[in-house]
Amino acid sequence: MDTLKLELKIWRQDSPKDKGEFKTYKVDGLNTHMSFLEMLDVLNEQLIESDSEPVAFDHDCREGICGMCSMVINGRPHGPLKGTTTCQLHMRHFNDGDTITIEPWRANSFPVIKDLVVDRSSFDRIIQAGGYISVNTGSAPDGNAMPIGKEVAEEAFDAAACIGCGACVAACKNASASLFVAAKVSQLALLPQGQAERDDRVVNMVSKMDQEGFGHCTNTGACEAECPKEISVEYIRKLNWEYHRSNIKG
Amino acid sequence: MNSYFNSTLFRKTLAGASGLFLVVFLIGHLVGNLQLFIPGDAGQKQFNEYALFMTTNPAVKLLSIITYTCIILHILTTIILVRQSSKARDVQYLHKSGNANSTWASKNMAILGTLVLVFIVIHLRSFWYEMHFGAIGLDSWGNKDLHTVTVTAFKELWYVLFYVCSMGVLGVHLKHGVESVFQTLGVKTRRYFSLIHNTAFGFALIIPTAFACIPIYIYVTQL
Ligand code: HEM
Ligand code: SF4
Ligand code: FES
Repeated sequence: MDTLKLELKIWRQDSPKDKGEFKTYKVDGLNTHMSFLEMLDVLNEQLIESDSEPVAFDHDCREGICGMCSMVINGRPHGPLKGTTTCQLHMRHFNDGDTITIEPWRANSFPVIKDLVVDRSSFDRIIQAGGYISVNTGSAPDGNAMPIGKEVAEEAFDAAACIGCGACVAACKNASASLFVAAKVSQLALLPQGQAERDDRVVNMVSKMDQEGFGHCTNTGACEAECPKEISVEYIRKLNWEYHRSNIKG
Repeated sequence: MNSYFNSTLFRKTLAGASGLFLVVFLIGHLVGNLQLFIPGDAGQKQFNEYALFMTTNPAVKLLSIITYTCIILHILTTIILVRQSSKARDVQYLHKSGNANSTWASKNMAILGTLVLVFIVIHLRSFWYEMHFGAIGLDSWGNKDLHTVTVTAFKELWYVLFYVCSMGVLGVHLKHGVESVFQTLGVKTRRYFSLIHNTAFGFALIIPTAFACIPIYIYVTQL
């Protein structure tokens, strides 16, 4: 079976205040069927055995749905494979002898906590500003009582695929959160349940996004190219439209 | 409403809308310049009469005020946006992804725009300033002879090259800009996507090329 020997250049930073630096490690005998995170697990065992501090990285589901496994691999958020999270990226996409650079998401609104782990609570605050709907609690309503066209349902569902990972911010030259906000705003604006707060939602979420210090959108499309859920910049178009519409309506 | 005017999205919209007006201005400006292809005395007479009309007609005056306002607005809003966003990432990536995920033009709008600005300043000095304040001669019909100023300027190879290169830079700025503005305004829906994409590309290619043909033509005919 094929095995890999790699050189890893990884960002190490002890705490939010620590300056941080790149450190180089060598790992050998890696199985090509491993995921990228499993490869890091191997490195960490190696580090623990040699009494060194293991590399801190975020992960949870390891199946591409939680959005935790943030890291920039050779300049690409979640690595070189399209529409894939780091946990779903396999080592067969790398070559024996490669040097791989691994960095945390870089954005002032995502401060580094430790090594590759960043604080993404700025996203939570944007959601709190408007990413919700008001419904009466109690028994669930009959699904068929609220007809929704197939196209609309699909468009909303495609937006709802956003896992809030922040790769869009990491990829953008302006560290803009437009794609994330666009996905969340569109998903709710498209569906009948989202209509009650439709106008306030977009205004509040956009102003929260500005307050949190994310940059503006230059329409480079880098976010769409790096988004593991392949959220389209068409939703940013929609966000812009919703934003102008709500403000002009007053 | 207050949050609207203070938002980055509104500033971006102002940058886009003023850019879009400048695009319309470019079409008008090009149509005027095409008269430089008319040969001989007839061409000189027509171009100078046109120049006189453009500097005296009140409607044109109003349009020119709007144009200057848009240039200033575009520059101010884009400077504010670029400065603001440059504060969003203090620590840069060690490994840059190059053009793996976005076009070169889209990432270099500020450099391209600055070069366009340098061109605009030199261009205004060469022609607008001469027409208004320069020691400019009169043609045989008694009009200010901007035609001769233009033809003389384009005798210089370096000036022709500078003009042509600047049009190349403008073309790249417009290649991203014209498509982008429809996204900013929120109208580039799936339905109009290809129409906008192709028209923007065609526009960015044809308008600067047409502008660049004029000095080349004038230079070549004077060899
Ligand atoms: C004839 C002259 C010009 C035209 C027709 C033009 C047109 C445009 C258009 C249509 C856009 C897209 C706006 C959007 O995405 O909504 C744009 C963007 C931009 N322009 Fe210009 N522009 C011109 C000159 C300039 C100058 C002189 C500068 C700078 C000094 C400049 C700097 C920029 C920048 C930085 C952007 C990108 C803004 C961003 O990051 O979103 N442009 N331009
Ligand atoms: S839009 Fe894509 S890249 Fe951005 S947070 Fe959502 S899933 Fe991640
Ligand atoms: S660990 Fe959950 S998406 Fe990668």
